[in-house]
Amino acid sequence: MTTLQTVFEKARAENRAALVGYLPAGFPTKDGAVAAATAMVEAGCDVIEIGLPYSDPLMDGPTIQDAVHRSLTNGTRIADVMRTVEGVAKSGAATLVMTYWNPVDRYGAERFARDLASAGGVGTITPDLTPEESEPWLAASKEAGLGTVFLVAPSSPDERIARVAACCTGFVYAASLMGVTGARESVNVAAEGLVERTRPHTSLPVCVGLGVGNGRQAAEVAAYADGVIVGSAFIRRLLDAPDEASGLAAVRELAHELAEGVRR
Amino acid sequence: MTTTEGTPLTSADLAGNGVYGNDPDVLGKFGIFGGRYVPEALIPALDEVAAEYDKARSDLEFLREFDHLLRTYAGRPTTLTEVPRFAEQAGGARILLKREDLTHTGAHKINNVLGQALLTKRLGKTRVIAETGAGQHGVATATAAALMGLECVIYMGAVDCERQALNVARMKLLGATVIPVTNGSQTLKDAINEAFRDWVTNVDHTHYLFGTVAGPHPFPEIVRDFARIIGVEARRQILELTGRLPDAVAAAVGGGSNAIGIFHAFINDKSVQLHGYEAGGRGVETGEHALTLTEGSVGVLHGSRTYVLQDEEGQTIESHSISAGLDYPGVGPEHAWLKDSGRATYHGITDAEAMDAFSLLARTEGIIPAIESSHALAGALKLGRELGPEATILVNLSGRGDKDMGTAMKYFNL
Ligand SMILES: Cc1ncc(COP(=O)(O)O)c(C=O)c1O
Repeated sequence: MTTLQTVFEKARAENRAALVGYLPAGFPTKDGAVAAATAMVEAGCDVIEIGLPYSDPLMDGPTIQDAVHRSLTNGTRIADVMRTVEGVAKSGAATLVMTYWNPVDRYGAERFARDLASAGGVGTITPDLTPEESEPWLAASKEAGLGTVFLVAPSSPDERIARVAACCTGFVYAASLMGVTGARESVNVAAEGLVERTRPHTSLPVCVGLGVGNGRQAAEVAAYADGVIVGSAFIRRLLDAPDEASGLAAVRELAHELAEGVRR
Repeated sequence: MTTTEGTPLTSADLAGNGVYGNDPDVLGKFGIFGGRYVPEALIPALDEVAAEYDKARSDLEFLREFDHLLRTYAGRPTTLTEVPRFAEQAGGARILLKREDLTHTGAHKINNVLGQALLTKRLGKTRVIAETGAGQHGVATATAAALMGLECVIYMGAVDCERQALNVARMKLLGATVIPVTNGSQTLKDAINEAFRDWVTNVDHTHYLFGTVAGPHPFPEIVRDFARIIGVEARRQILELTGRLPDAVAAAVGGGSNAIGIFHAFINDKSVQLHGYEAGGRGVETGEHALTLTEGSVGVLHGSRTYVLQDEEGQTIESHSISAGLDYPGVGPEHAWLKDSGRATYHGITDAEAMDAFSLLARTEGIIPAIESSHALAGALKLGRELGPEATILVNLSGRGDKDMGTAMKYFNL
């Protein structure tokens, strides 16, 4: 199993940023998600975040909402998420689950952590879990040997950054902009400042996500961050593809372009 | 506290942190309920709102301004009306209605909105956004925005836009932009998701004028405090009128603002029963209802730990109610806490029961209530039969029914 630590050590040794790709489980289909994520890994993604589809994704823009809606309509359950993680982890990428808090809360924090660890997952990203409410999850993750990734934002004052970073193991997720997920024309200039403000509070890698969608932007972010996170742009490729084979080709092509970007 | 003219401030008892008890703890918790489950990007904005509100609630100048607006603009105090002909169907118990339907814009929502609009100005923000179900909160927000010169955007589920078309037109006339939300169930819960997405994007100049006592801390506390004038007035009025406290207080529960607004002044009056009525929709057995407190389980929705309609994997279950304002699968955390502590009791009222009470009040008393409020009226009918003819029941008539004429025409074939 590839750990986050080995991923970032390897990237650092190669003098580049790591490439992190996101896809919701069950999209475009249950098997299709594993195939697409595997293609992304083969074309250069170091880390995969598998999204746990949730009925009320209030941090997500239209692209991810659309994919998640299709996934839920396909009947995706937590067992499918775990199976997806299992399939993707086999490809050699460090595999995380990105999830809103309620599904984990309902499933049971300890049970979720145990099941994710046995599926080969290395940790979670929890975008609506604040440090104040994180105690049960930190304990369960530690017990199961899972990493915990939380988000800092351009609006976060330094005390908050310190508090959030203290909850993280694996890496710190810096949200590049004030807004929801989705590819943008350009990466927000605030992202670099946020990474700089985060550094003094942690020795962990700092990865930047939200709004990154092409090789040029990946290169730009890779100049100051340890990892580049891309989600909506991959989903867009799958949504726009006329069939599954061309969807796979399109995500492969994008992953290539991004992998080249983080190495520039 | 009194104004300079010596008249008591209707909102004066908003001041004095903790005097009335039941304030959430530092994390915004009512027992295990409440708190904050939101993207980190919003934490500074929530902190800012909480800090400004803490200053405002003990600032006499702010309270006077709020009070002035409630009197001269919203039409407070609202009257109490005894409804003996209606009460004949309630085993002869005495029923008194707190007439929030008589406020400007026609529902209790105006109280909270005026308070938060003043807070928006204190925060130095120029734009307000809000979610709305029945459209009453949207109309109230658009009204306050027009009054105070704020830009206003309202998110409303596409299904609700249709069943409350009159209110959509009102909001537009008041200068607001109404954005129909077409994802998910296309009702209140999806409108809230969309409003949060707007807020995180525009938070530097935008206040999210939340419309009920749900959501992340400090909204449940702020909205409650601005709504509690309902109970403060009603308690004073019922004592004057009947010489004693009521035996029970009844209110409809969607997110819970009108209910907490009238309950709150009575929480320490242990002899007074508090009853909340949720939307039973087509009946509990059909699964098509909004029985969050009575049938839901503890979870997290829209930033707060509370009772939620959810499946065994934490996915929100879509609610159903004939009334848009009660069609919500979550509920305010303070109600969750009142339920678990046993201080308040919650029940379901079906669409049919609510519509019967709706037409009964119209025919016996000449008052057309909101369908939301009709759930409380139906509850009072049952309660009266249970408590007997000696009982006095105070009902929050949270709004008027003008907005519901489309639904009523269809339902009654008018
Ligand atoms: C007249 C009226 N009553 C009640 C409600 C339900 O909201 P809450 O439970 O917050 O009072 C609404 C909501 O739109 C309403 O318009």
